[in-house]
Amino acid sequence: MSEYVLEVQDLKKYFPIKSGLLKRTVGYVRAVDGVSFQVKPGETLGIVGESGCGKSTTGRMIMRLTTPTSGKIILDGKDITHAKGEELRASRRKSQMVFQDPYASLNPRMSVGESIAEPLIVNKVLPKSEAFERAGELLKTVGLRASDINRYPHEFSGGQRQRIGIARALALNPKLIVADEAVSALDVSIQSQILNLLMDLKHQFNLSYLFISHNLAVVRHISDRVGVMYLGHLVEIGPKHSLYQDPLHPYTQALLSAAPEPRRTKRRERIILQGDVPSPANPPSGCPFHTRCPRVMDVCRQTMPKPVQVHPDHWVACHLHG
Amino acid sequence: MAEPLLAIRDLKTYFVSKQATVKAVDGIDIEVDRGQVVCIVGESGCGKSMTSLSIMRLVPRPYGKIVGGQILFDGRDLLQLSEREMADLRGSEIAMIFQEPMTALNPVLSIGTQISEVLVRHRGVPKREALDRAVEMLKFVGVPRAEQIVREYPHQLSGGMRQRVMIAMAMICEPKLLIADEPTTALDVTIQAQVLDLMKKMRRETNTSIILITHDLGVVADMADHVVVMYAGQVVESVDADTLFSEPKHPYTRALMESIPSLDEDKDVLYSIPGTVPSAANFPKGCRFAERCPIAKPSCFEKMPELREVAPGHWVRCDLV
Repeated sequence: MSEYVLEVQDLKKYFPIKSGLLKRTVGYVRAVDGVSFQVKPGETLGIVGESGCGKSTTGRMIMRLTTPTSGKIILDGKDITHAKGEELRASRRKSQMVFQDPYASLNPRMSVGESIAEPLIVNKVLPKSEAFERAGELLKTVGLRASDINRYPHEFSGGQRQRIGIARALALNPKLIVADEAVSALDVSIQSQILNLLMDLKHQFNLSYLFISHNLAVVRHISDRVGVMYLGHLVEIGPKHSLYQDPLHPYTQALLSAAPEPRRTKRRERIILQGDVPSPANPPSGCPFHTRCPRVMDVCRQTMPKPVQVHPDHWVACHLHG
Repeated sequence: MAEPLLAIRDLKTYFVSKQATVKAVDGIDIEVDRGQVVCIVGESGCGKSMTSLSIMRLVPRPYGKIVGGQILFDGRDLLQLSEREMADLRGSEIAMIFQEPMTALNPVLSIGTQISEVLVRHRGVPKREALDRAVEMLKFVGVPRAEQIVREYPHQLSGGMRQRVMIAMAMICEPKLLIADEPTTALDVTIQAQVLDLMKKMRRETNTSIILITHDLGVVADMADHVVVMYAGQVVESVDADTLFSEPKHPYTRALMESIPSLDEDKDVLYSIPGTVPSAANFPKGCRFAERCPIAKPSCFEKMPELREVAPGHWVRCDLV
């Protein structure tokens, strides 16, 4: 038994840019550029960031849906960075994924029962007949009816489909669930149903989540710790209360101040960042945020800041600190 | 008090096919004053987008039809105008921006052509001059390198920049009314903040009225003067924004607010509204929210509540408040 369910060390993913007749590599998109973090058993780590910050690529690497360029992924004590074949399949029993779009992530030609039973059958955990029985039980766990196993995805609403996706992820009793924007496509009233379900299931099965989202309030609600990504880098990570009350990185501060809050009183001063996120194919030198940072200094343009611990377990990579 | 710029009275937009009649918008009343920002908020399928398309008379044909009501804009009923008169109005006096700028912009026309086209069509400005105005407008909405951007194409721009282009195009004729349908939903938060800020600046400087359609109560709190909450094709609550957030009255509005996680408050369990929205093809005869309502009484299932004024300017469709 290791201390962490998941440990990620200096993970990088560079996608080559190919051009010309011979498809020569002319450069790289640095989607993820050296990210390290750990997830403890029963813990939820939230990852927030804007589009293109590398949060989804990080999730996909952990699931080994894409192979890291370098770095290490240690899942439940085992290095799975370069796992293949049976070893890789074994790792998938420990970690499962819930996707954003419940319309695209279920096969429309498979009944719900078939979709949920498939991982059990593929991994030879249960024989076919028992797998279907288990699928029915799983549907009940996520708040649907066992008899729904014979219905097809189009017969369900978005929220119900997301429940089916969650049931499928639970089928193999995983230790870790990577949820990539799992509630982003849902209406608020349905979103709260799914968030409550995810939190119930976590306690019931002692799950760990890597919860990836762009929605700061949702991430705060569900997570124990939160990491903030910008342009392929983890710029800040810490316990949620510490991070939301005392955000240290200027990007985290801007992000929090920009999130519109549903109230008219005591609103925070909004920091409006100038410009867009730079292209990860041509990232700026030094600190990745220096082109938009309101508190930029000379050193930021030259050197990449190293993460320092400012509060207990609360780390930030910024020259303003340490 | 002066007459409102826009008054929607008992508007009904239905989709009629052989199998079913889908009542997307089912008898709504909304007023927008000059220079006012009115937010229409509600979840998918509540009819908020169909309301905006009805105002523009762009309801998808052949099934969609405005079957009743009036849309009084600046003294004229838009539903009585000819197609030609309506085309003169669109983009000139009423402009619209959409959620997804990539599908709303023409991919094979340059940015400059698309923006200046509006001026050429509606104001008869010569092309060269219209192009100069387009550059000016792009600068105003905060697009850098405006002189070059006018020669570029939509795919060369980021999402936030495309939405700025859409706003520039919508505002270039200084319309009296701007309808923005989920204008920031596809954008990242820091970019959303920029675009919302720009819309506020627009309103300040041109006194344009804005109808902002959104599902995000955070955006509503930030932008709205007046808020209309829609549910299942009807207005369930209509009141000024301050009152909506301090004293929401309709059980649906209250439930909606309680189901959102907060940025600085801990909630162990989020309130969640049980069930789903009733099908617009088959509404119950009583209150449409009754089935999901925490305080529903048997009478709620029997009789449809009227939209009543429960306090001055505060309209609620619920018999229990």
